[in-house]
Amino acid sequence: MANSSEISYLQQPAKRTFWSIPKAYQDSARGYFLISPPLLYSLVMLAAPLVLVVLLSLWTQNYLELDRTITLKNYVEAVTEPLYGLLISRSLMISGMVTLATVILAYPIAYYVAMFGGKRKSMWLLLITIPFWTSYLIRIFLWKVILGYNGVINGSLMGLGLIEEPLTFILYNANAVVLTLAHAWAPFAILPIYVSLSRIDKSLLEAARDLSDNAFQRFFRVTLPLSMPGVVAACLIVFIPTVGDYVTPKLLGGTDGLMIANMIQIQFGKANNAPLGSALAVVAMFIVAAISISFVLLTRRFLKTKG
Amino acid sequence: MISNSAKPIIEIKNVEKRFGSVTALDGVTLDIKEGEFFSLLGPSGCGKTTLLRIISGFDFPTSGSLYIGGEDMAEVPPNLRPTNMVFQSYAIFPHLNVAENVGYGLKKLKLPKAELERRVNEALALVDLKGFGPRESHALSGGQRQRVALARALIMQPKVLLLDEPLSALDKKLRDAMQIELRRLQQTVGITFVLVTHDQEEALIMSDRIAVMFDGKVSQLDTPEKLYRRPANRRVASFIGVMNFIPAKVVSSNSKSLVIDITAIGKATLDADEQYAAGADITVGIRPEMLTILYSETADDKDSFAATVNARSYYGDMTYYDVRINDTNIHATISMRNTAGRPVLAPGAKTRVSWRPDSFTIIANV
Repeated sequence: MANSSEISYLQQPAKRTFWSIPKAYQDSARGYFLISPPLLYSLVMLAAPLVLVVLLSLWTQNYLELDRTITLKNYVEAVTEPLYGLLISRSLMISGMVTLATVILAYPIAYYVAMFGGKRKSMWLLLITIPFWTSYLIRIFLWKVILGYNGVINGSLMGLGLIEEPLTFILYNANAVVLTLAHAWAPFAILPIYVSLSRIDKSLLEAARDLSDNAFQRFFRVTLPLSMPGVVAACLIVFIPTVGDYVTPKLLGGTDGLMIANMIQIQFGKANNAPLGSALAVVAMFIVAAISISFVLLTRRFLKTKG
Repeated sequence: MISNSAKPIIEIKNVEKRFGSVTALDGVTLDIKEGEFFSLLGPSGCGKTTLLRIISGFDFPTSGSLYIGGEDMAEVPPNLRPTNMVFQSYAIFPHLNVAENVGYGLKKLKLPKAELERRVNEALALVDLKGFGPRESHALSGGQRQRVALARALIMQPKVLLLDEPLSALDKKLRDAMQIELRRLQQTVGITFVLVTHDQEEALIMSDRIAVMFDGKVSQLDTPEKLYRRPANRRVASFIGVMNFIPAKVVSSNSKSLVIDITAIGKATLDADEQYAAGADITVGIRPEMLTILYSETADDKDSFAATVNARSYYGDMTYYDVRINDTNIHATISMRNTAGRPVLAPGAKTRVSWRPDSFTIIANV
């Protein structure tokens, strides 16, 4: 071995750094490393407050002091008091209608951009985000101007002599809340539907035509089923947050349009009963979770389209 | 085989297709006969796929007309045409299983369940996929997807089945097997098949007739054998197989025969259906397998020339030689089968090569 020194130099074990851990470990370690900032962030900002809310809901408010004995009293009240039941079912009803309206309105827009957008696709997607360029509060007040007693709609209809006195069913009730929320959440519905539509292989559409489908049949047999993942995602994205919406019903809902989040706010504020408010929040959360999960389970057969 | 008198099922008359400033089809006229296996062959961009899409109705011609079964197709959308297509990507519906895919086009006939099932199973049996009905479509291999696509189109009992490069996504072994099988299937069902391909071997193996296309035009329409033996021009000759092009001079010409002087090889008398002026410059072509190496420098064959091996490529069953003819700068490619006792010549080896006058074909300089 004339040049053994050289060989031993070459065969020196590589320095053990983070990057030289065996491949399998390395991949998962790298994965954890990558998600740790957001994971930490969501632990602190989401999980911790959630734990606090659950804890709070198990205590009771004793005038000015918190009684820290664990009890389910708040939950019993939250479930048995008819007013809360009414507010929760109204919230579900309103956001259900919002979801339906949003998805039905969003689908044709997403369809147009995905199928006929051509080179202008990104321009269309940019235009869809334009409502976000102003604050949500300002948009709510704009809706007030449009829908109000002396607003744009009433003014023009009366000016045209089509109505004698202003319509009152368009503001300060559930209709106004549905209208405003559907408008506000449209982009969130358009984008997932657009994505699933644009992923459809065009030759599948041609194959349907070739197998003697007309345009309608093709839509219901190929396009719609293949875009269901986007539709399901859009439903969840719109439904889950709107159940707990608070600003819109507060400003546009009048008394008929109040939702569960407004009651939770009252409990934390005027009523000074944070534990009951927490219990209501937890109940609402579980109901929304249950509805969303059953929705996903029910639509699961549409989601198995991965080629 | 298809007799010459078979009536045309597809008549394409002077079809032009322009996409903006690009001319994809530049006046194509051809007839496709009932029951034949017809191929559109050409390099990519020659317009063959556009022509297929015009026949299927996914594109409409800019000018010219198309008749299928005697009916003008100018206003007929693809769903109402008596054609069905096997797509290059196969376009298997991912949300449906195999049986639902195959039965897709029959759905609106509102057949009784048992009848639908019977027809689907029949179609699956035809393409050798018995019992595959309940399989999920994403669990299929490439070859199986192709069979499903075939069954899905054939179940519609079209007058014409259109195939858009159906074998290009398969590996070589499977492709070779499918070529034979497609041909057999076509003869079983008796439907007119129109195949688009850029693979000349595939077209030669499967077709009754082939239209070779370049630049949006049909360069030659003929049987595989005629295309190979008597290519109409230099482009067709070099697209299909290998061809040696050698310049020649016309010595004399009459209505029956043509005497030419082939550069470096010598005089030859050919059968000719065309007359040429004496002294005219022409080009003749000869296929590599039409030249025979004699493995001897002194062999005395009337029609032969001396050759020096310049290079060789060994393919196992065959050897391809590049030789210089009679010590001139004219080269020829010769293929020899490596049969028992036949040596493989090394570069530099000298030998004689024999030829027959009827192996030469006159190539139009287009």
